[in-house]
Amino acid sequence: MNLTLKIWRQQDANSKGAMHTYEVSDISEHMSFLEMLDVLNEGLVAKGESPVAFDHDCREGICGMCSLYINGEPHGPDRAITTCQLHMRKFKDGETIHIEPWRAKAFPVIKDLTVDRSSFDRIIQAGGYVSVNTSGNTQDANAIPIPKADADNAFDAATCIGCGACVAACKNASAMLFVSAKVSQLALLPQGQVERKDRVMNMVDQMDKEGFGNCTNTGACSIECPKEISLDNIARMNREFLIASVLPE
Amino acid sequence: MTKLDSKIPEGPIADKWTKHKNDINVVNPANKRSIDVIVVGSGLAGGSASASLAEMGYNVKTFCFQDSPRRAHSIAAQGGINAAKNYQNDGDSTYRLFYDTVKGGDYRAREANVYRLAEVSANIIDQCVAQGVPFAREYGGLLDNRSFGGVLVSRTFYAKGQTGQQLLLGAYSAMARKINTGKIKMYNRHEMLDLVIVDGKARGIIARNLVTGKIERHAAHAVVLATGGYGNVFFLSTNAMGSNVTAAWRAHRKGAFFSNPCYTQIHPTCIPRSGDYQSKLTLMSESLRNDGRIWVPKEKEDAIAIQENRMNAIDLPEEKRDYYLERRYPAFGNLVPRDVASRAAKERCDAGFGVNETGEAVYLDFATAIMRYGQEKANILHLENPSDAKIRELGEGVVEAKYGNLFQMYEKITDDNPYKMPMKIYPAVHYTMGGLWVDYNLMTSIPGCYAAGEANFSDHGANRLGASALMQGLADGYFVLPYTIGDFLADDIRTGPISTESAEFDQAEKDVRERLDSLINNKGSKSVDHFHKRLGKVMWDKVGMARNEKGLKEAIEEIRQIRDEFYEDVFVPGSQNEFNQELAKATRVADFLELGELFAKDALERTESCGGHFREESQTPEGEALRDDENFAFSSNWEWTGDPRNSVMHKEELTFNDIELKQRSYK
Amino acid sequence: MVALIRTSVARKYAMALSGFFLLFFLLQHLTINFTSILSAETFNFLSHFMGTNPFVQYALQPVLAFGVFFHIAMGIVLELQNRAARDLNYSYSNPAASSTWMSRNMIITGIAVLLFLGLHFYDFWFPELKLKFIDGVWNIEDRYFSELQHKFADPIRTALYVLSFGFLALHLLHGFQSAFQSVGFRNNKYTPTVKLLANIYGVAVPLGFIVVALYHYFGSLTH
Ligand SMILES: Cc1cc2nc3c(=O)[nH]c(=O)nc-3n(C[C@H](O)[C@H](O)[C@H](O)COP(=O)(O)OP(=O)(O)OC[C@H]3O[C@@H](n4cnc5c(N)ncnc54)[C@H](O)[C@@H]3O)c2cc1C
Ligand code: HEM
Ligand code: SF4
Ligand code: FES
Repeated sequence: MNLTLKIWRQQDANSKGAMHTYEVSDISEHMSFLEMLDVLNEGLVAKGESPVAFDHDCREGICGMCSLYINGEPHGPDRAITTCQLHMRKFKDGETIHIEPWRAKAFPVIKDLTVDRSSFDRIIQAGGYVSVNTSGNTQDANAIPIPKADADNAFDAATCIGCGACVAACKNASAMLFVSAKVSQLALLPQGQVERKDRVMNMVDQMDKEGFGNCTNTGACSIECPKEISLDNIARMNREFLIASVLPE
Repeated sequence: MTKLDSKIPEGPIADKWTKHKNDINVVNPANKRSIDVIVVGSGLAGGSASASLAEMGYNVKTFCFQDSPRRAHSIAAQGGINAAKNYQNDGDSTYRLFYDTVKGGDYRAREANVYRLAEVSANIIDQCVAQGVPFAREYGGLLDNRSFGGVLVSRTFYAKGQTGQQLLLGAYSAMARKINTGKIKMYNRHEMLDLVIVDGKARGIIARNLVTGKIERHAAHAVVLATGGYGNVFFLSTNAMGSNVTAAWRAHRKGAFFSNPCYTQIHPTCIPRSGDYQSKLTLMSESLRNDGRIWVPKEKEDAIAIQENRMNAIDLPEEKRDYYLERRYPAFGNLVPRDVASRAAKERCDAGFGVNETGEAVYLDFATAIMRYGQEKANILHLENPSDAKIRELGEGVVEAKYGNLFQMYEKITDDNPYKMPMKIYPAVHYTMGGLWVDYNLMTSIPGCYAAGEANFSDHGANRLGASALMQGLADGYFVLPYTIGDFLADDIRTGPISTESAEFDQAEKDVRERLDSLINNKGSKSVDHFHKRLGKVMWDKVGMARNEKGLKEAIEEIRQIRDEFYEDVFVPGSQNEFNQELAKATRVADFLELGELFAKDALERTESCGGHFREESQTPEGEALRDDENFAFSSNWEWTGDPRNSVMHKEELTFNDIELKQRSYK
Repeated sequence: MVALIRTSVARKYAMALSGFFLLFFLLQHLTINFTSILSAETFNFLSHFMGTNPFVQYALQPVLAFGVFFHIAMGIVLELQNRAARDLNYSYSNPAASSTWMSRNMIITGIAVLLFLGLHFYDFWFPELKLKFIDGVWNIEDRYFSELQHKFADPIRTALYVLSFGFLALHLLHGFQSAFQSVGFRNNKYTPTVKLLANIYGVAVPLGFIVVALYHYFGSLTH
């Protein structure tokens, strides 16, 4: 199929960007979206032009590196997948596709469609861990049974890939879904109890410092999240936050 | 006389590691503060090593080329991680895990290392659970296990189909904690382009900041390379797009021996290729072979009908199907090791029984499992005479709970519903057992330069068993390297900070700049990918699942040819001082083009078949791999001498005192 | 106070609590208004009670005023912060794919309600204040019903009221359930009920006000 692409081009963080129009032809419907962009780039390089920069690595929906706001939605129109798993069969011949980077003050553009998501790392650094040193003497893994439901819920929260689509989707550029997923995972497990209160306070604090917006419960994050992280986690984080504020250590 | 000393401790195998830890030098806590360690890589091996070293008190600098350490390719591991916990009470033990790993590796690994791996495996699970890794659990709240290929016990711990992700996030959060305290300095979007050696010791690296293009010097008292595998030399593999050999290769060019480059694992269950535009292949976890049955049609005409889309898999009656793994290997059935399963698939497809348009696919069928689970579930629910449709529905539910995310992934990529139609799968390059030679301390042949995880050659011999790479990466990073590195660093407590202002750093930086400039200034006519794809095709066709002398010799010539053309005609747009993804690719492909030749040369010299290395000249009458222990019970460790064609091979003899050398059999 | 709203999550709690308070107030307001349909006496009695009782006047009213002020001020602050969190907007966006119009436009429906409040105060509260505090008249007990009838005789005013209640409904349809989510009340057992209640409240309460307004408008036609 043949497509018209409208793509955000921006040389670097300090330059001004703009949308540019490109045509691609002979795209197979079995291609992934990124393979379609590979074809575009191959063409651009052949013409001596600079290829479109976009982040990607695993190309199987797990590393969280790929991004792209495609036709007005992060990771494109399909649900529960990342951009690298999106296939061209979701588009029609002759269609115009708009491709933009994630837009948020806390995710500055590096080049074209690549953004800097290190704010997410800093939030995890503020408390998204259990403080346990490596040693051969931690207690046996089966010493504390964990109710299956808790283990499963913790796992579901832990599947967040840190892609940032939740922020990109949110009209407020809020990072609540991402932060709450980590807070929930550790709040649900016995191992996370000791630091439970400090964790939520510190992570929320860092989230605010990074300049993400406030959640207004629109729910767009969860719908667009490739891992379908649930809004339950945000509610749980709010509870954790309340308990930690009202009953501090 | 070789230059290699593997430093294997004396004594009975079960005591070696404890004894060794007691014998080696340690650095006292106060002195650790004045010692810097560079860790390149933030995967399971690099992440766990960084966190552990920082916890011990060393100043750690960690590098990765992705935008966050959490994105290292370990994240993609699906199936699970092995540990000799014997939670299932099926007779598992350190010895059994050791035995299975050595046998699975076709007796081409070093016994002492493998034993140590099995020994620390149980600690890994404890450590990860303590970090909050949400492994799958049973209803009683205890950890669940599954079984993987090549073994007869259930020792694989898992977190649905995302085990690697959960383990990596555990290591990542341990790192995050130390980044927060400043003990680890993290360099994201940085690519190591050279190793710097001062007075014979690895004392730093040259890295390029991928965002600004700035060339940076980083010094330390020791350098750990945990940069993953080099499967992307095949262009198409299940590795991430950025996975590369550059860090290891640069160390190799500076004196680190590269071992067994030809040992590559071709994974039997991947989604088949769909076209020339394909950029990577996707793995379907081996855990699927617990329940899926692999087959092709018995009759050629049925296969052809399916290839031409004239017939559907589900319409072929049971008696016309050939469950070839169950037929050939009744004891292990669908759970034979990967190399065996892959070759069996290739054999059937080469014989014309493949089941898609390209003829390169076999079926992985869940119909039996769905009905079996459905029946079980119906019994649990006390349903009287449930209909087949009801049983199927219940069974699909069970299968979804177990493998839901894999099935979804398959459906998204292929647009086929795997609950209704058998999956189509085909082998693909997945893992590289070869890598930098290391001694028992995980030190390469360059003093002070260590290699951990998939980047070293250490534990898997000629074939890796499923769920053992995660185990090895974490064992290296959490439980081995943090101890053994002290033995080297103990000499450095009075050295003081290493300066980056030395002739060695000047030279290394100059070399890197020249390399980059020449690529940028080449102004040829073909893209980097053009050469990478050509290299990949030669590798797959002639150095892939089956190799022979003629093909390998041709491959060596062709790779040289491609390499020459690359330097004449490659076009890299843009400049050095910017975010330039083509330039980053170019440096990686340049190194693959050298590795590829060494790879083929290694395969050529090893005229036996073993594990993932199958020489057509060396097989049993039934077509199984035939080892030659008399002549090849050694690892091939290559020394760089300026050009792959002149590389010199050093042998490290492998001795087996605790396991009897036998031809592998999974019949 | 400042500490309470220092973090984003605390601000959300404050917003939700003020929202709950307003939801409760609205219910009370509607109850009294509704009596105007049933019985002029009861309406006059209750209105007079609310308008003169010192506890209501000097304890509840300031709380209400603060609640309204806080909700509005906070709503505007949050909106400004949220806009600042995305300095450059998407050139092409399809938000309807993942969220409702109501949830995205609380500021618009909120401001519509605010404008309405202006009108409402101009109609009832300011004359009330003038009467009580400037003219010093406190004791006419049966004026409320007739004032009401008088105001709603005007078709334009009635139409504006009806329109505003429409906006209120949109505000509430998201606001009600959102406030529960903000305070962390969400679980498989009760959340469906909360959502149901939200829809009932969001439709029934504004509809109630509309009925009252229209009742008096049509009532005025037959006089
Ligand atoms: C799809 C898939 C599924 C798998 N499933 C399983 C499984 O179920 N069980 C199992 O045991 N094993 C599995 N494996 C194998 C296993 O995941 C890997 O072998 C293992 O995770 C490798 O870990 P690592 O830490 O050595 O390297 P990686 O995780 O690959 O990390 C490499 C790191 O090095 C960095 N790096 C590389 N080059 C440079 C450079 N030049 N400069 C700077 N940084 C650099 C990268 O940024 C990255 O951080 C699977 C592998 C794949 C591909
Ligand atoms: C009687 C009238 C009102 C009622 C009953 C009401 C009720 C609510 C409720 C329940 C919420 C949800 C709070 C939450 O999500 O936690 C809310 C949110 C909001 N309200 Fe109102 N409100 C009223 C008037 C107003 C007015 C006059 C404004 C004017 C600006 C306004 C602006 C907002 C905004 C912007 C929000 C969204 C903020 C957020 O969710 O963080 N509201 N309202
Ligand atoms: S919560 Fe979902 S959308 Fe947000 S970062 Fe995690 S995976 Fe991505
Ligand atoms: S490239 Fe890894 S998730 Fe898309």
